[in-house]
Amino acid sequence: MVQNNQGSRIVAHAVLILGIAVVAFPIYYTFVASTLSLQTILRPPLPLLPGREFFTNYATALFGGVGRIGGVDVGTLLFNTTVVALAVAIGKIVISILSAYAIVFFRFPFRMFFFWTIFLTLMLPIEVRILPTYKVMVDLGLIDTYTGLTLPLMASATATLLFRQFFMTIPGELVEAARVDGAGPMRFFFDILLPLSRTNIAALFVILFIYGWTQYLWPLLVTNSNDMNTIVIGLRKMISFADADTEWHLVMVTCVLAILPPVLVVVLMQRWFVKGLVETEK
Amino acid sequence: MSSPRVTFNNKLLPYLLVAPQLAITLVFFYWPASQAIYQSVLREDPFGLNSRFVGLANFQRLFEEPSYINSFKVTAVFSIATAVLALVVALLLAVMADRIVKGRGFYRTLMIWPYAVAPAIAGMLWLFMFNPTMGTFASMLRSAGYNWDPLLNGNQAMVLVIAAAAWKQISYNFLFFVAGLQAIPKSLVEAAAIDGAGENRRFWTIQFPLIAPTTFFLLVINTVYAFFDTFGIIHAVTGGGPGKATETLVYKVYNDGFVNLMLGSSAAQSVVLMVIVIALTAIQFRYVERKVHYG
Repeated sequence: MVQNNQGSRIVAHAVLILGIAVVAFPIYYTFVASTLSLQTILRPPLPLLPGREFFTNYATALFGGVGRIGGVDVGTLLFNTTVVALAVAIGKIVISILSAYAIVFFRFPFRMFFFWTIFLTLMLPIEVRILPTYKVMVDLGLIDTYTGLTLPLMASATATLLFRQFFMTIPGELVEAARVDGAGPMRFFFDILLPLSRTNIAALFVILFIYGWTQYLWPLLVTNSNDMNTIVIGLRKMISFADADTEWHLVMVTCVLAILPPVLVVVLMQRWFVKGLVETEK
Repeated sequence: MSSPRVTFNNKLLPYLLVAPQLAITLVFFYWPASQAIYQSVLREDPFGLNSRFVGLANFQRLFEEPSYINSFKVTAVFSIATAVLALVVALLLAVMADRIVKGRGFYRTLMIWPYAVAPAIAGMLWLFMFNPTMGTFASMLRSAGYNWDPLLNGNQAMVLVIAAAAWKQISYNFLFFVAGLQAIPKSLVEAAAIDGAGENRRFWTIQFPLIAPTTFFLLVINTVYAFFDTFGIIHAVTGGGPGKATETLVYKVYNDGFVNLMLGSSAAQSVVLMVIVIALTAIQFRYVERKVHYG
């Protein structure tokens, strides 16, 4: 280990603290604004420390029943977003672990064809097929449904690739041993493969939960009715700089509530998250 | 992959296992994508009553349209600036984090927040701070005599969306750079230190070249991010404005298709985007998957 001198370490700490100030400041600023009264917010510059309206603002936003965006309360928005994030994360994991299992542990006609079919979806992000995908949703009657919000996001080449990569490191002897002991393919899957994949699943879950929570374009397209909005879309609809009636203090509360759950997931599951991120992408 | 694997010999089961993913892929990916290609050679009236085959006319019209060329330029400026800014800041912070001994975990925890923030919300946060009506920084800028109004000035709007987009991406890059720096054998850095190379010298001659694959990988990922994932920022902050100053390619596809209902043009734009994604993915796999070390 190279011993850096005291001076350079102090510089390093200083730069890092400055960096964190920049990185964390927008979030802190929003939090501070969410504890101020509307009058204070409208008269910049804002104070640097939280104000006294914390309980009032949060209570109003959560339970006040303020019919702000077409009569939809924050609770509904949070519920919708949670449904989307969980369904996308769990759905993606289930669907891709199954297909990766088939591709690695079975030999069957068209196996590689299926693999490439899945793999090539990497090149078809939603942004390049917006209008026709929307048309499919309309034809299937999936507009304004949870199915419509989540199902199309569940196919993912990345998750399948990750599981495939991991499965290929599992020694063949394990499969042989299972077969000798009379375990069928589904038994092998549930009793051996799933427990072995626990860490990968946890890592993937964090990343996919964030992915689902932060979706924007897709919920924007497939929801017309306000009570099917996710919180990100709901926030977008609340904000209007032209409108003098925008209740900024409540917007700020909603903003904090929209940020908090995914941040908690990332921070609390940091170990898996970092591992998952660095390994999924590489 | 080529090594003979021990497998199960079940005839039907594997098909059942791939079926869910395949079904979703076909219905929501391949079918719409093929429709986009099909519609890009048709011209349809806005009510969808009539359409006729027009060959490549949609593409020709597209590239003759000044606003499309403009959105190419906007996307280029936006993507390059976002990627470079996010990479430089993250690399600086990662190098600093690599130099310290204590508190690395603490800094990392505080650094990864923005990853969890939706791009659209990232945009809104920056707009809160910098909007001319009630933004603290906007009022500071203006009291310093600077005429700041990103809602009217195109360049300032661009600066704002770049800042928001780059801010959101710093955490991601930071984690990869830290991992990359830690993967460098300590003996190399030590040897250089013994030879009398100072910190900066060690960075530029050893660490920087050795993390080149990480940097290149991140450059591709950041470009893809700036191209596609930032739709929320543009939509929530500027709506492509003022005066198309921040109208990126993806925003334009959405706007022309959903707001202006120009179906043929939107489909042609989708196809152009598809070509761009294919090129970016190809670059990524050609150079990144093989983990090429340069020099």
